[in-house]
Amino acid sequence: MLRTETEAGSRRPPETPRSTSTDLALIASFAALIAVLGIVPPIAVGLPVPITLQTMGVMLAGLILGPRRGALAVVVLLALVAVGLPLLSGGRGGLGVFAGPSAGYLVGFVLGAYVTGWVREHLETRLPFPLAAFTAAVVGGIGAVYLVGIPVLVWRTGADPVAGLVFLPGDLIKAVLATLVAVGVRRALPDR
Amino acid sequence: MMGGTPRTVGRMPVGTRLALMVVAEMLLVLGVRSLPAAALATGLVTGAYLIARIPLAHAWRTLRGVVFIAALVATLQLVVLPWERALLIAVVMILAVAIAALVTLTTSTTDLLDALERALQPMRPLGVDPERVALTIALTARTIPVIAGFGSRLRDSGRARGGRVGVVPYAVGLVVLTLQHAERVGEALRARGVDD
Repeated sequence: MLRTETEAGSRRPPETPRSTSTDLALIASFAALIAVLGIVPPIAVGLPVPITLQTMGVMLAGLILGPRRGALAVVVLLALVAVGLPLLSGGRGGLGVFAGPSAGYLVGFVLGAYVTGWVREHLETRLPFPLAAFTAAVVGGIGAVYLVGIPVLVWRTGADPVAGLVFLPGDLIKAVLATLVAVGVRRALPDR
Repeated sequence: MMGGTPRTVGRMPVGTRLALMVVAEMLLVLGVRSLPAAALATGLVTGAYLIARIPLAHAWRTLRGVVFIAALVATLQLVVLPWERALLIAVVMILAVAIAALVTLTTSTTDLLDALERALQPMRPLGVDPERVALTIALTARTIPVIAGFGSRLRDSGRARGGRVGVVPYAVGLVVLTLQHAERVGEALRARGVDD
């Protein structure tokens, strides 16, 4: 078991400091995927911040592309948002979102994708894949995102840090979904 | 993107606009600590919107999200804070977004992309290749409709089989199609010598 995991890992092209054209295409495609997961709202509630699968997209970027390419996919998405495209959940975009109370979560997405990928890489030889993926999604996609998001939220709104935890139940569901999706993708594309 | 927006902030270079934005944000966050100061800042930002001739409807569409959140936060804060503090927090929150959004409302996506590429030039020694970054960003913008197309195809085929696609099968299908698409694009890029 351990052995096959390692072999599966080594079949993946090693991450080089300079992105190859495959990396470039993966980064661009995943950035687009995260955008689509935020635009198409499967769960619409009547709030200005709708519940979408965008956070799950951030977790998946780390789980599937690995730390470096996953984080870069998020950076590219944020660059497009910064130049004015309305690609964040609920059709938000422009420089304004980087000055808003939830700006920290956007920066946290970059760190979150990186940590998710890093934790998965370090756990998957030691734990069954679903457990490694779920742990990675929780530590990176929730822990690392909140680590940046909540202090900024508190600074900008004067709110109690506990207020930042209102998204926790939803985010835990998304970590479960991201794990199930990563398992499904692995089953569909075993050589990836 | 913002089709009918007048871009009439003189012909101030984008870099200057962004620098002014940063200074204004810093003054706001560090300097506005009382209601009179907040009133002055609101006057200045409103004046800037008037000079830029931003239609009220555009301004509202951009700011309604933060106005809603600021109102919600202020209402909750009233329980623990004096109303002056709660109002100040809400006003500063809205103005911070309004200042940054003014740049977006008055500057085209193309101009901002050019500014981004120029800003990355000094990072070349750190291994950042501005042309590759620009290529990746442009490629992403063109890939979004492709991936969105995959999404509607998955939903349609689910409906054709007489049901709704669950979130997990939908996302698995979307990721698999995305990875396969990326592979084809990667090959096309390599064929065009992007790696050289």
